[in-house]
Amino acid sequence: MRQFLPVLLLVSSAALAADGPQVLQQQCAECHALKAPTETTLDRLWSRRGPDLHYAGDKFQREWLVGWLEAPTRIRPAGEFYRHHVKDGPEGDVVDEASLPAHPKLDHETAEAVADALLGLHAKGLVESGAYKGATVSSTMGAMFFGKLRGCAACHQDAPGKGGLSGPELYTANSRLNADYVYSYIKKPQAFDPHVWMPDAGLGESDLQRLTGYLMQLKSGAKQ
Amino acid sequence: MNQYIAHCVLALCLLPLAATASSAYPQAERNYDTYCVQCHGVHRDGKGINAAQMSVQPRDHTDSKAMTDVPDEEMFKAIKEGGLAVNKSILMPVWGKVLGDEEIHELVAYLREICKCGK
Repeated sequence: MRQFLPVLLLVSSAALAADGPQVLQQQCAECHALKAPTETTLDRLWSRRGPDLHYAGDKFQREWLVGWLEAPTRIRPAGEFYRHHVKDGPEGDVVDEASLPAHPKLDHETAEAVADALLGLHAKGLVESGAYKGATVSSTMGAMFFGKLRGCAACHQDAPGKGGLSGPELYTANSRLNADYVYSYIKKPQAFDPHVWMPDAGLGESDLQRLTGYLMQLKSGAKQ
Repeated sequence: MNQYIAHCVLALCLLPLAATASSAYPQAERNYDTYCVQCHGVHRDGKGINAAQMSVQPRDHTDSKAMTDVPDEEMFKAIKEGGLAVNKSILMPVWGKVLGDEEIHELVAYLREICKCGK
């Protein structure tokens, strides 16, 4: 009997270990596209409940992903899709905070399993591997391009409370996102979804490198 | 999880309120609600959720007098090529790679409907 005990414990432990792909299907697929959608219409954009994750492995960094799944914070100040979460304020539109759902939290073991499952999701041809060359960008120059010269700040925050609300905050981009994803998304947002409300500004290579570098070199949450 | 889904479903139930069928240009209205409202506002008055942090305020599309002064061609160009193309702010982005020419022409007609003004 004694010799069977370790085997039984191993089996029991394996049975209890979180099955990342299964959790993804059971708890995440309701709100997130885990496979590339066959139909990419404007209506789908309006009805989807969370960002698409079928390219999560090209997008996220593992350490951030595990931590976020354990203790989610709000990345999109106006939720997804922003238009569902706007109400009248005293001086114009404001985000209807009460309408924003809290994301479910996972325990550490499940978060790790789900993160690994997400990092196994890739979309061929969306993210240009090695596109970002890693050049150092002056924070002053980067901030100027992000704000005044290229207008990214109209919709995105590069520091808490500084910038627009309809796009995801970018002051945690350096720990959250892969640099090549940032580069590829800025270059052609409509490759990820043809109707997404981020415009393709037609930026040249130097702008793409500069903006990606600026975001990847931001210290999370630091005031600029 | 159930509460999360309930919130999401509630948001979807509000969908019909977001895009009313009152316009003669329903597709343009839908596009406006998708792409323009973030800065120009639910009431089309330039007071979208992004406006408070912007150094140049978005145009109030309900301002008949100001909108009357803007020719259709300039509106089309501003939407398609962005604010800089008509000597306005960089904060008005280039939408020509998201919207086709026909959709932009219809948006211009929709803007005339909103401002209740001619060319």
